[in-house]
Amino acid sequence: MDEFIQEFLIEGGEILDQLDRDFVDFEKNPNSKELVARIFRAVHTLKGTGGTIGLKKLESVNHVGESILSRMREGKLSVNASITSALLKMIDVDRQLLASVESTGEEGDIDLSGIIQSLNAILTAGESSTSVAPPPAMLGEILIEQCAVDPASVLEAREVQRSGDARLIGEILVQNGAAPPNAVQDALQTQSENHDDSANSSIRVDVNLLDKVMNLVGELVLARNQILQFTSNQKDAAFQSTAQRLNLITTELQEGVMKTRMQPIGNVWNKFPRIVRDLSTSNGKSVRLEMEGTQTELDKTIIEAIKDPLTHIVRNSLDHGIETPAEREAANKPPQGLLFLRAFHEGGQVNIEISDDGAGLDLDAIRAKAIERGVLPPQQAAKMSDREIANLIFMAGFSTAQKVTNISGRGVGMDVVKTNIEKIGGTVDVSSVRGHGTTLKIKIPLTLAIIPALIVTTGGDRFAIPQVSLVELVRLEGKAAESGVEMIQEAAVYRLRGSLLPIIYLNRELKLTGKGNVDEDGAINIVVLQADGRQFGLVVDGINDTEEIVVKPLRKQLRGISCFAGATIMGDGKVALILDILGLAQRASLAGESSGHVAAVVKEGLAEGDEKRESWLLFRVGVSGKLAIPLSMVSRLEEFDRKTIESSGNRQVVQYRREIMPLVSVAEALHIPTHATCEGPMQVVVHATGAGSVGLVVDEILDIVDQHISITRKSDTACLLGSAVIQQHVTDLLNVPQLIMSIAGEGRTA
Amino acid sequence: MSANQQQFCTFYVKGLLFGVEVETVQEVIRHLEMTGVPLAPEVVAGLINLRGQIVTAIDLRRRLGVADRRDGELPMNVVVRTGDGAVSLLVDEIGDVVEVEEKDFEKAPDTLSSTSRELITGVYKLKKELLLVLDTQRSVNITATVGNESR
Repeated sequence: MDEFIQEFLIEGGEILDQLDRDFVDFEKNPNSKELVARIFRAVHTLKGTGGTIGLKKLESVNHVGESILSRMREGKLSVNASITSALLKMIDVDRQLLASVESTGEEGDIDLSGIIQSLNAILTAGESSTSVAPPPAMLGEILIEQCAVDPASVLEAREVQRSGDARLIGEILVQNGAAPPNAVQDALQTQSENHDDSANSSIRVDVNLLDKVMNLVGELVLARNQILQFTSNQKDAAFQSTAQRLNLITTELQEGVMKTRMQPIGNVWNKFPRIVRDLSTSNGKSVRLEMEGTQTELDKTIIEAIKDPLTHIVRNSLDHGIETPAEREAANKPPQGLLFLRAFHEGGQVNIEISDDGAGLDLDAIRAKAIERGVLPPQQAAKMSDREIANLIFMAGFSTAQKVTNISGRGVGMDVVKTNIEKIGGTVDVSSVRGHGTTLKIKIPLTLAIIPALIVTTGGDRFAIPQVSLVELVRLEGKAAESGVEMIQEAAVYRLRGSLLPIIYLNRELKLTGKGNVDEDGAINIVVLQADGRQFGLVVDGINDTEEIVVKPLRKQLRGISCFAGATIMGDGKVALILDILGLAQRASLAGESSGHVAAVVKEGLAEGDEKRESWLLFRVGVSGKLAIPLSMVSRLEEFDRKTIESSGNRQVVQYRREIMPLVSVAEALHIPTHATCEGPMQVVVHATGAGSVGLVVDEILDIVDQHISITRKSDTACLLGSAVIQQHVTDLLNVPQLIMSIAGEGRTA
Repeated sequence: MSANQQQFCTFYVKGLLFGVEVETVQEVIRHLEMTGVPLAPEVVAGLINLRGQIVTAIDLRRRLGVADRRDGELPMNVVVRTGDGAVSLLVDEIGDVVEVEEKDFEKAPDTLSSTSRELITGVYKLKKELLLVLDTQRSVNITATVGNESR
């Protein structure tokens, strides 16, 4: 195909997209001279260029449109909905024509008589003026905008011009002393820049070429990494500095090339005003669309990938979310609904939020539907949090819409949205308040191509962990390495600043053989990671370094392994796998909102006289000796400020994780004398029972031990199981269920 | 080359001569260092770095369900083009490119094991030996064990 036509097709497509947007804006601000001028220029370009390259139909239809716009521009015609609709229809026809040219090379036999007739009907008597593009902003206006001159002197200068003075306005201003010469120079510069910014400051580049350049830069980054590795054994200063320069230049080149692929998210959002307008009109709804952060930039491949999911979400909001004006008024809401799109960068990721102030999700209906469909057993559904229920909408075949429309409600869609977003390494989450609206939050990586990653070793292999998931690194040496990681039955935990951090072992998850989980110094390396809003520790054999890695996708033979996000080539030319942190967490069943994980493994009591190897939490209460409870009964260790302790009835309680947790003083229950003064935070061992958590108040947490315990002496109180020797000290074993029961009984009788 | 003639790139796997159509072969290279993929199906031998491209290597011995190579015997790579990019087939030894005629073709005998029948589309009766025609698409058509239903 002709090169000109090819170029025009691309340009024309962009113009039409922009026109869609401008028209919808224009309907809202019918008095905006600037918008009319812009629309006029765009239509004029379509007509002019179309005519030049022989697209006669395009020329003729836009000619009529241009005439209408020309009258609007002159103020002879005021805009109304029917004009806008007719002009929008004209744009649709333009689009059809361009599509036909693209596929067949000709305009085809699209019938234009209808559209031309309706446009002509709008165009009342009077000659249509053929016109040229409007002049760029006047110099005087620019000067005023730049605050270089006051408006009055510009008006004065214009008067002088009008009275026959042939001098330019800038000259007059300078000679009158109204404006400094350099300000006029600047303004002239601005004027000429405005004039030809689109023509000269950008060129069109084939995306394939950019992709190729990107790949080459990827290879260069790898070669650079290799050289840098090699450099570390070299002593030659000149070589060292050259390598450093290579390093810097490569980094800058990489950034530069990445930038060429960046596009503002506005490019996708551009079409939403039109969609919102059309859909709300056909649904009899009134919706205002607001957008924030349209300039947020994303890699082109990601822009492409999120286009359809975003469109689907927007349509869903319009179709199911926002109610009709009558329904809204009945619910005490303004008749006009709001659809709000927001995009922003955060922590190397792009966040996109789509919220509406509509009816919100009917969580009960979703729950009922899930049970009806057999997706969830009823007892599990009852236990799930609202957030988990809301996220069920992402499951395939799930729609609670009362009616199926041509747009949505078929139950396909949201699962596709989720799949597509996850395919590019993103996450999507929905939250909703019944009657107040729904918000979808999407997090996606900035780019897929090159990411910073931490390289770790396990079982002799290297793995890359994307830096975005990384929270911190913990190294346990010497004694800490032996006892730092504690077991709650099968589940390993580490006490990270007082909270229990679930631990998973990379070699076990990946079924790798090899030595233990310690490095050559006998230390344990824990990589603290964040996935799905939850932290966990990943134990690896060794931690190497951070590196920029080029992400390459895995082929379909391996794509099903959820633990890997891709592969990369390391500095030494070998391949390393990139860990998918979310997949890994899911595999280890850490993700999801089941905070009952620890609670679920809690066992009831310990039979008298049993000998068991188990982990025990040692603590001290009052002046007595040591006490111990099985670690399996401990869900967390907490410290509470004494000021936060409240009382309910005659019991001490504390607000804990949105519930009221009763506190049981172990000292009181066992009638152990305590020190008179209590200072500092209250030490609490949280024990999860079927009916919620109970906090056991102790004086000091001492240790956790893992050993066989044989109960050597039976106890005379029911609250103690007996005594045993732990770490050469006689330790009383607490009977937690009995203790709680006795306290509950006292509470009831009192 | 006349219409009823075809060229095959041949290789040996456990003493048997296999062939794939020459057009599907991207290149043949000696042994390359591989990175194993934990949790992968056992036929996937690992990933190789083919001049900056990451290529999955599939061990044909395992794919055909025959005994593994002895320790120290290094496989060769036959890199084939598939619908999903290049994939390397690990074979014991590389043979010649042979030209075959359609009249020598016969369907695979039913007595072959079911895995072999799935992968071997037919047999060319060469003068000295039999050339087994390998279906490359099916040979690389392995999906990892978990969570691929959505595709």
